[in-house]
Amino acid sequence: MKAAQHPEEAAKFVANDARAHWHDQALWFVREKRDRMAVSLPEWEELRNTASQIKLHTVSRMADYLEEFERNATKLGAVVHWAKDADEHNQIVLSLLQKIGAKHIVKSKSMLTEECHLNPFLQEHGIEVVDTDLGERIVQLRDEAPSHIVLPAIHIKKEEVSETFHEHLHTEAGNNDPNYLTEAARNHLREKFVAADAGITGVNFAIAETGGLVVCTNEGNADLGVSLPKLHIACLGIEKLVPKAADLSVFLRLLARSATGQPITTYSSHFHGPRPGGELHIILVDNGRSNLMGSSQFRNSLKCIRCGACMNTCPVYRRSGGHSYGTTVPGPIGSILAPSRDSKQHKSLPFACTLCGSCTDVCPVKIDLHHELLEWRGEIRKRGQLPMSKTVPMKLTSWMMQSPWLFRFVGAVGRWFLRHLPRWAIYHGLNPWGKQREMPEAPKQSFRELYQIHESKKASDE
Amino acid sequence: MSSRDQILKSIRNQIVAAVDHPGLAGDWIRYDDRVAHFSSVLAAVGGVAHVVDSSEQILAQLKQVPAFAAGKKIVSLCAEVAGNVDFAAVEDPHQLEDVDFAVLPAQFAVAENGAVWVDDADVKHRVIYFIPQHLSFIVPAPANAADAIVDNMHQAYERLSFGEPRFGAFISGPSKTADIEQSLVIGAHGARSLNVFFLRQ
Repeated sequence: MKAAQHPEEAAKFVANDARAHWHDQALWFVREKRDRMAVSLPEWEELRNTASQIKLHTVSRMADYLEEFERNATKLGAVVHWAKDADEHNQIVLSLLQKIGAKHIVKSKSMLTEECHLNPFLQEHGIEVVDTDLGERIVQLRDEAPSHIVLPAIHIKKEEVSETFHEHLHTEAGNNDPNYLTEAARNHLREKFVAADAGITGVNFAIAETGGLVVCTNEGNADLGVSLPKLHIACLGIEKLVPKAADLSVFLRLLARSATGQPITTYSSHFHGPRPGGELHIILVDNGRSNLMGSSQFRNSLKCIRCGACMNTCPVYRRSGGHSYGTTVPGPIGSILAPSRDSKQHKSLPFACTLCGSCTDVCPVKIDLHHELLEWRGEIRKRGQLPMSKTVPMKLTSWMMQSPWLFRFVGAVGRWFLRHLPRWAIYHGLNPWGKQREMPEAPKQSFRELYQIHESKKASDE
Repeated sequence: MSSRDQILKSIRNQIVAAVDHPGLAGDWIRYDDRVAHFSSVLAAVGGVAHVVDSSEQILAQLKQVPAFAAGKKIVSLCAEVAGNVDFAAVEDPHQLEDVDFAVLPAQFAVAENGAVWVDDADVKHRVIYFIPQHLSFIVPAPANAADAIVDNMHQAYERLSFGEPRFGAFISGPSKTADIEQSLVIGAHGARSLNVFFLRQ
């Protein structure tokens, strides 16, 4: 498979200038809502520190907490499964569904099942999977992937939603009213909820102390999805664990405020064991997570609670769109997680970053995102995965800078060329810097010359 | 080796420095007027709070809600309001598909985020929190409505214990979505409206 290259994909997105600006504004609006919520709590920084420490503590004792969780969940009557990778996860889900002959499944938003490509897998086996979060349903009907982990359809305009719904749900052509479209989706999805044989959910938090699961939604789709059919399958990345129920006080205060600027999600549901007469199966999924634990550089990324704040604030994400990252989790955190799974495939992502540090500033669990992105660049160089377009100019520059006379000479030639050559000789394929911006105006003198003039003036003045 | 053992072994093989749990003691936010703060946060997320002294007052308020006045199928699990569905006799939760209005008990409320806590201790089908078109909660309050409201989530979890009952949720306002161009739409899958009554006793 050809490695996904962020710059090429981003170029497609920014080709539509108006749309790129619209996308930027939509996310900035969410970022501002997050800021208002953060300042509404005087203890915001203390919450971030506490959350960060709880997560680090959990990672440092992950195996013990997983065993504790398994013990307590089993005691409550849930069945706990372990999956080392995506394939095993999908096989477990399939076998559970086949056991009861399930044909129609409702799923609530779960980035883990996206990561495992569960939907196409189940569809190949003749099982219908309906994503029930409105944004997820929109992208599913359009045969696209979510472009954001919290706002899956942030890249789609209401006119396009209207067209999609007209085609699939037979809504009025040209009716772009979000109220009307949401009502249509509500009625369509109610039918799916009522007819479902099983419900699949992701998990926001799992509690070692109690064996319980917490799922947060604004729409109530996870709850409707698992309260009607008898079988609930919960897919859980092992990093979602917290030690104690009381720890949730910290995380539920941070999650929605950081994600969408709400004080809390509408529904924060706590599941402890199956409902009477029902079955609860919990699949603990590793899929590369345990490898990150031992890495002192990248371990912090396991603290992520998937709020999406880093995406909303990232100047690159906002202007290049989630799909340009070519990963389930895009944006700053995705650019750390994806190369940890396959650095060759995702080598361009750590470079999709200006190192402005805004992601690190907003992260509710204090992941040092921009530091890790910089670390990844070095790691990719060490692994010999940098493209020649980056290595060759670097080598040349390094060679030139090691020789003072050559540096002075190239500087003088460069300034002369910039002033005298025609545009076509400067702006071409070999100068990627000039692709989207003007080259700087060439100064009359180099810094060295200016310095010498200044020094000689000072000497003559004395 | 089973996947379970492989995963646990892979984790135990990593060298990770021990980090202590930071503890949860903190100078967490409190509000001078919890009722006022709860009401304004709930209003901001699309719900309405009322402080009442009697079931007559609840009924008078509910009658002003068109969905209640016109509701054909009403579930009430609160003695203060009469419903017309024998909830205990419902065997299959799918039978609740067409409930227009539900009046349900809630345990307590949280000022900082406008949420109420509900559980399934006396609620046979938990879907009743999610499937009705409209929803109201009655929160029993001692003499003062503020006694039924905690300031923040830390106090909320101090009041909770888990395991039995098996399901519980913080619910803050009616169901909502902003997935179409960030336009807030109330009534995604669950309740289209939410009223919270603090009943002083």
